[in-house]
Amino acid sequence: MLKVRNLEAGYGPLKVLRQVSLHVSAGEIVTLIGANGAGKSTLLRALSGLLAPRGGEVLFDGASIRGLPAERVVGLGIALVPEGRQVFAAMSVEENLVLGGYVAARRGRDGEGTARALDQIYGLFPILRERCAQLAGTLSGGEQQMLAMGRALMTDPRLLMMDEPSMGLAPLVVRDIFRAVQRLREEGRTVLLVEQNARAALRIADRGYVIETGRLVLEGEAGFLLRDREVQRAYLGKGYRDVWE
Amino acid sequence: MTIWDPRNETQPREDLDQLQLERLQATLNRVHRSVAFYRRRFEEQRFDPGDFRSLADLRRLPFTTRAELAAHHPYGLFAVPLREVVRLHASTATGARPVVVGHTTRDIRTWGELAARVLSAGGVTRDDVVQIAFDYGIFPDGFGFHYGAERIGASVIPTSAARMAHQLEIARDYRSTVLLAPPSVARSFADHLATERIDPKTLFLRVGVFSSEMWGEPLRRDLESRLMIRAADAYSIGEVMGPGVAGECAERAGLHLQEDHFLGEIVDPATGEVLPAGATGELVLTTLTREAFPLIRYRTGDLTRLDPAPCACGRTLARMARVAGRTDDMISVRGVHFFPGQVAAILTALEGAKPRFVLALQREAGQDLLEIRVEVSEGMFFDGMRRQQQLVDEIGRRVQEELGLAARVRLVDPRTAAPGESPVRVVDER
Repeated sequence: MLKVRNLEAGYGPLKVLRQVSLHVSAGEIVTLIGANGAGKSTLLRALSGLLAPRGGEVLFDGASIRGLPAERVVGLGIALVPEGRQVFAAMSVEENLVLGGYVAARRGRDGEGTARALDQIYGLFPILRERCAQLAGTLSGGEQQMLAMGRALMTDPRLLMMDEPSMGLAPLVVRDIFRAVQRLREEGRTVLLVEQNARAALRIADRGYVIETGRLVLEGEAGFLLRDREVQRAYLGKGYRDVWE
Repeated sequence: MTIWDPRNETQPREDLDQLQLERLQATLNRVHRSVAFYRRRFEEQRFDPGDFRSLADLRRLPFTTRAELAAHHPYGLFAVPLREVVRLHASTATGARPVVVGHTTRDIRTWGELAARVLSAGGVTRDDVVQIAFDYGIFPDGFGFHYGAERIGASVIPTSAARMAHQLEIARDYRSTVLLAPPSVARSFADHLATERIDPKTLFLRVGVFSSEMWGEPLRRDLESRLMIRAADAYSIGEVMGPGVAGECAERAGLHLQEDHFLGEIVDPATGEVLPAGATGELVLTTLTREAFPLIRYRTGDLTRLDPAPCACGRTLARMARVAGRTDDMISVRGVHFFPGQVAAILTALEGAKPRFVLALQREAGQDLLEIRVEVSEGMFFDGMRRQQQLVDEIGRRVQEELGLAARVRLVDPRTAAPGESPVRVVDER
């Protein structure tokens, strides 16, 4: 579904990504793990059109999407759940969601379609239905994360890219979020998950990539990486909380 | 026959290309970070793995030779600290020091998967009773096949290297259905059956997977008829992993190279030039997933060719021809490179000549010259000059045709070579 070859990206004189090649097949959960500053978020920004790549190819269903503006990328069926949720605090939960469906509405989705999409998201996160009229800024961190995911899902993406969804959340909440990710895959969506919480991400993923200072150094089945001692030493050390235990 | 890992063994070539690129870039990044030898190499070539864009860029990197592996004995080329290495094996020593090969936990798991692929391709199933007559020791074959057979779910009997009487007793009593062994051991086993006058029908064997030595079609036919089995060839190379690197499927049209884990190139053994698909040359392997002991462009010394065309079995992995020779044996005369095996093949096809011969390298009037001294059958000497001259001319003509080299041919007495001596000898008389 998504094929990235030799992607290069950076900010000003700073080269962040060096020849990054990876792929995500339809129906997979693929996780990209690595330390802070390794280039994980830069990769998602470059893929979603928020940052223009300097080199390489990005193919989505065989067609190049490299350098397309973000709204075109969304229109093709790729949605990003940004790091730090970035919900619109002064708007209600439902307004946030409806806004997320803007691209779909512009492409001709009527009110009924929007209602159906809302219903699906409320089904995935019942707590959001309960709080549909509440201002997004008053939600807890976990609820905001659910809202950010719901907002991205309003575009009915085939590929959902998530940037550090577990950041700053309590272990039990992380578990709920990751269960929701698994359910999305069961519904047929494909997920690219960027995480510092490597253990939790590898537990639900099919495959994983390890990124170090802008370069990929390992690729493999998630189960293999989870048991990999090099990965354990570098990314699953004692400093990391294991949210499943 | 079952394909063990259909997703990876039958994926479209374009997906395989992508996977190879990803894994190669990751491997280059890792060896650059963790192995001083490769880092120094890359710097000498002004090569930055961060600039590696396509598989073709690999050609910019120098080869790694066995001598270099030996020079870093024992742990100099490991890419992970020793505490992450859970197993050490050695590759067969051809003369010099053996090469120590480390495995991480993941390397061992991958090894089992790949050995399972090779065994499945050879016809082994979970219902089989698998007798492993490879030596379980510092050389990797016994263990590698063991992991693969266990992964498949077969019942594994690790007889290891044992007396033939013992192997036979086990095969009969435990009702072994599969024999895994070096081909020479399989032959001894068949010989033992003959000596003991045991009908192979009273055994339960149905499949043999033989590897780690060169063996040809005549031995295959011999083993298949004497043991009443289907025999498959597997390619094993200790420096790279052991068994599991490539294996034959039921089509018998070459050994599928596990290209999602190893990148194969065929190069001219003399010049190192990469040869086009289908040409015969030296196999050069780059590991794509090995963690403890990655190898970049390792010259295997094995002569083969690669066919990337999809196989009738459904696998898309390229097939390597059965290894027919070693570069160690390569002979160069006046810029022409050839192997004793090529001469043997010419002689085998001719009536009256025997594939027992001496290749003598001589020097005359400042020119290198090849003289082939061919043993002829007993009867030949009484056949008279004309018949002998015809044979000499025929050999000369075929050598010229197939090797592109004018050689002097002499027929010699069949008793020239001492009994037990290698049927093929190369002597340098220059």
